Amino acid sequence: MSAPAPSMFSPQASEMAKSLGLKPGKANLEQFADTLTLLARKDRRILAVTSDSRGSGKLGPYGQELPDQIVEVGIAEQNLVGVAAGLASCGKKVFAVSPACFLATRALEQIKNDVCYSDMPVALIGISAGVSYGALGTTHHSLHDFAALRAINNLSILAPGDNAESRLAIEYAARSEHPVYVRFGKAPLYDLPASESLQVGQARVLRNGSDLAFIATGETVIHALLAAEHLAVFHQIQTRVISLHTLRPLDSESILQAARQCRAVITVEEHMVHGGLGEAVAGLVLQSGLKPRFRIVGIPDEYTVTGAQADIFRHYGISMEGLSQTARQLLA
Amino acid sequence: MTYTDKQLQMKSVEYRRRILKAIAHAGAGHTGGSLSCVDILNVLYNRVLRVDPANPTDPTRDRYIQSKGHSVEALFVVLADRGFYDQSLLETLCQYRSHFVGHPTRKVPGVEFNTGALGHGLSLGVGCALASKKDLADFRTYVLLGDGELAEGSNWEAAMSAAHYRLDNLIAIVDHNTLQITGRTRDVCSNEPLDEKWQAFGWEVRTIDGHCIAQITEALTRPSKGSPVCIIANTRKGKGVSFMEDVGKWHHGVPTDKELQMALQELDLAFAELESGVN
Repeated sequence: MSAPAPSMFSPQASEMAKSLGLKPGKANLEQFADTLTLLARKDRRILAVTSDSRGSGKLGPYGQELPDQIVEVGIAEQNLVGVAAGLASCGKKVFAVSPACFLATRALEQIKNDVCYSDMPVALIGISAGVSYGALGTTHHSLHDFAALRAINNLSILAPGDNAESRLAIEYAARSEHPVYVRFGKAPLYDLPASESLQVGQARVLRNGSDLAFIATGETVIHALLAAEHLAVFHQIQTRVISLHTLRPLDSESILQAARQCRAVITVEEHMVHGGLGEAVAGLVLQSGLKPRFRIVGIPDEYTVTGAQADIFRHYGISMEGLSQTARQLLA
Repeated sequence: MTYTDKQLQMKSVEYRRRILKAIAHAGAGHTGGSLSCVDILNVLYNRVLRVDPANPTDPTRDRYIQSKGHSVEALFVVLADRGFYDQSLLETLCQYRSHFVGHPTRKVPGVEFNTGALGHGLSLGVGCALASKKDLADFRTYVLLGDGELAEGSNWEAAMSAAHYRLDNLIAIVDHNTLQITGRTRDVCSNEPLDEKWQAFGWEVRTIDGHCIAQITEALTRPSKGSPVCIIANTRKGKGVSFMEDVGKWHHGVPTDKELQMALQELDLAFAELESGVN
């Protein structure tokens, strides 16, 4: 048995979440499995294809209930993606499920050619993404998946930040007639405040403000939201928080609006600072002629510090306290 | 339409003429490999595959996946002859904005997947064969592999999974011409003994002369005994043109005008001999 993971939230951050009325959710990975099971019961074309990853993907119960709708290929990610594309070409609605660290690079050429270039409607599900596997070390981190996949044509890229966004992503992937990549973490987080509109390709503005904007994605969004409250309560700084669950297609309008209306923009992602959300936003903003103060928060270009996901987040300032401090430094 | 072996032999000669003309016209192409696999494609498309040029995406069709995508000229020529598109389109091979690029693309009717990066086709074939099983359909899946291509490890991932799922509706054909761009496959990175490797992976192996219409037909049509089938087709790179046969530089050599004329003369002679019944 491994030791219990340290909390993703400091006691102060947990208090802040409580004061905002946020409710704890389940892990997004569990939401993925639950949503897929519901969909697969109704649509027999749905197949989960796994590479010895059904347990890691929380698909054990799915496999027991729907044994005809799961295909196991063993520890062979290249074959996983190729087989998924072959099945999809014959009318199956395929979810290829594998740890993001292996899926996004071990099978990169299969993703590029067999799925994206051949335009097969495969949903690539990168599980335990980012540094979810924390202490297992760099072999098991996927801090490169956005960068690698953003450079490939014909692929939607999603990183849900809570259970509602996770459900949205899976329902979208099941409907899509084109390739989709979704990455999930496995830490239970808070549910984000409900939005009137929740759509793929449309950023969620969780909170308004014009001093600063956090544009965050995936499991970092909650930390940005808590940091925004921290900045308001203790420093009278009004912060906009955008949950950018869809990296492609990028919601240019929401991003440019934030860059126009706020003095500073900070992007936050569980990814290497190169090639991910931050550089996507920077490219968009710079080409529009806007020049807000700008900072990319992510994992820097170095050997990643060792420790659990929570340790790594804290170390690199992806926490309420860390993001609040970065914001104040940028605005100073 | 039903063809005799001799009629198919004559078709092969004609295909070789068209392949060489297309490559010479484009100024690019994979000559040697196209000439080594074209008899296999000839038998597949004219005698074995259940495909309908008028309905190329019919869900019940047999699937043919050319994993050794660089030999695309053979595929493009055969698909045109089968009526998937007009022969004249081959004149656009490798030209600006043409769908007829140097490797198979699905923009060309009849092509199942965009291939060309080696080691991909067999996994795609496993997916198709699995789908056929799951749907209790009766279509079969054929994958053409190069022998040099077998150094790609993904082939063996796919081979393992095909045997695991007992995909007796999946047929891999190895175009065993023993040459790759650097030289003899046995010198570059030997994969022999090929037959024992495939057998060890749980496949039924059939070794044939890959230029013999009767042997190709028999190997492609004999029912499987419950496992996937690998046909090791012994072929010669550049087959049909004396100065190209078994010569490494013709892997992607493009004939000059003079070489093209010499090659066409040889092929014309071969055609005439078949026509007159000498062979």
